Amino acid sequence: MGLNKIEVENLSFSYPNGNRVLTDVSFSVTEGESVGLIGANGVGKSTLLKLFVGLIDGYQGKIRVDGFAVEKKNLASVRKSAGYVFQDSDSQLFLATVYEDVAFGPRNYGYSEEEVERQVTEALRKVHLEELKDRQIYRMSGGQKKLASLATILSMEPQIMLLDEPSIALDPGNRRNLIHILNDIRVAKVIASHDLDMILDTCKRTVLLFNGKIVRDGRTEDILRDKQLLEENGLELPLGLQRR
Amino acid sequence: MSKIRGAIHGIHRADDGKNRKESLVHPLSRVLVTFFYVLTVVSFEKYDLYRLAGMALYLLVLGLWDEISVRDMFGRIFPVLLLTGMVGIANPFLDREVYWQTGRFIITRGMVSMVTLLLKGVFCVTASYFLMMETGMEGICYSLRCLHVPKEFVTVVLLIYRYLMVLLKEVERMMQAYKLRAPGQRGVHVKAWGAFVGQLLLRSIDRAETVYESMLLRGYRGEFTGKNRAWNKYASLCYVFIWTAVLICLRTFPVFQAVGNLF
Repeated sequence: MGLNKIEVENLSFSYPNGNRVLTDVSFSVTEGESVGLIGANGVGKSTLLKLFVGLIDGYQGKIRVDGFAVEKKNLASVRKSAGYVFQDSDSQLFLATVYEDVAFGPRNYGYSEEEVERQVTEALRKVHLEELKDRQIYRMSGGQKKLASLATILSMEPQIMLLDEPSIALDPGNRRNLIHILNDIRVAKVIASHDLDMILDTCKRTVLLFNGKIVRDGRTEDILRDKQLLEENGLELPLGLQRR
Repeated sequence: MSKIRGAIHGIHRADDGKNRKESLVHPLSRVLVTFFYVLTVVSFEKYDLYRLAGMALYLLVLGLWDEISVRDMFGRIFPVLLLTGMVGIANPFLDREVYWQTGRFIITRGMVSMVTLLLKGVFCVTASYFLMMETGMEGICYSLRCLHVPKEFVTVVLLIYRYLMVLLKEVERMMQAYKLRAPGQRGVHVKAWGAFVGQLLLRSIDRAETVYESMLLRGYRGEFTGKNRAWNKYASLCYVFIWTAVLICLRTFPVFQAVGNLF
């Protein structure tokens, strides 16, 4: 068992309007582990990811990311360790060119320009976008934007990656490409998705949420083969397993 | 192409422009020269049309050097022409003193002052447009930081620029959704204006917030971190000194008149 990269203990969270999203959630993610976070719409997957990086505060319980408690004084360290990939790439990418956007993080963390260039080149190599480094963002396809979003995080060399619906709106080719890339990245990952086939291909462990509570935490194969469990929680068998 | 799409493309073109050439000149030099140019242009007397016309030389050289599209430029200048035209339209009626006459053809001082006003507006906006196209908003903000303008102010300028883009894209999305369900209707019906503007504001704020969150998650702490290119110090200084000298000459001597006198 590796070092815990994310530790969540008795986490509960309600939005200011009183809407309770998470109740008594506890789990951990170890170094290099890839964990799928699944559940129907509105069960709290995105909220949980946002809590990990301090985009939402006011939770009860404990969250530790890479050894740092998620609280205001540690946010810079937490965010340096944990890279968050947004569901909508257009929200993630806001600068003119791919290079500038991927370089944004390293520059903010005070890397020298040589180091920035090295980090950007390496990040773009990992997502196979080296050729597009000077491309204007608005000229890119949805699939390319998703990969560029991933590169903006990789350039900061995160210890943990949090991905919110990474395969949404991708065609089969780009989706497969993304799966290969994610499998090649050897850091702890939490992938929140409805794409259960992708979870099956990228995560050995899965956490199933329903009504803000963890219903099951275990091997992906076991959870995703359990038709009754999935249907009771607003999901269905992944296509890949339906055919078998 | 819709007007909104045109505006979005306009901003993209401005973003493209700053990458067109790897300039050796520091953005601060360009900002300073543009600022000096604008000051010089507005300093002309309202009847000083001869010498003011000479200021077009700067724009001509810059436009040719930076290969700026004349069509795009006129698109930007046109609204300014209308605005300054409206401001100056009363001049020919109020100031009827003869300025120049040949036969029955008379040019009054009011006409001259109106043209001067139009030219001043056009020159200033064109110079700012050239600066924007060649330096980009980030370059301008970087220059402001070099001038020790407070980072809060610079951040606000930069974020407004980003927000503008988000806002335009949201307008475009909403307009498309509206048009598809309101065939044959021109624009948004007056009854829907309230809801439309309210939704637009909420949606664009929501998106802008996500963009800001994305910036925060990548270490943004309100400080500008643009690329520190290897600008040439001497080229930048030469740029400032040469253009300042040229602009002072143009301000002091009626260049066009002098050239005309040669023939």
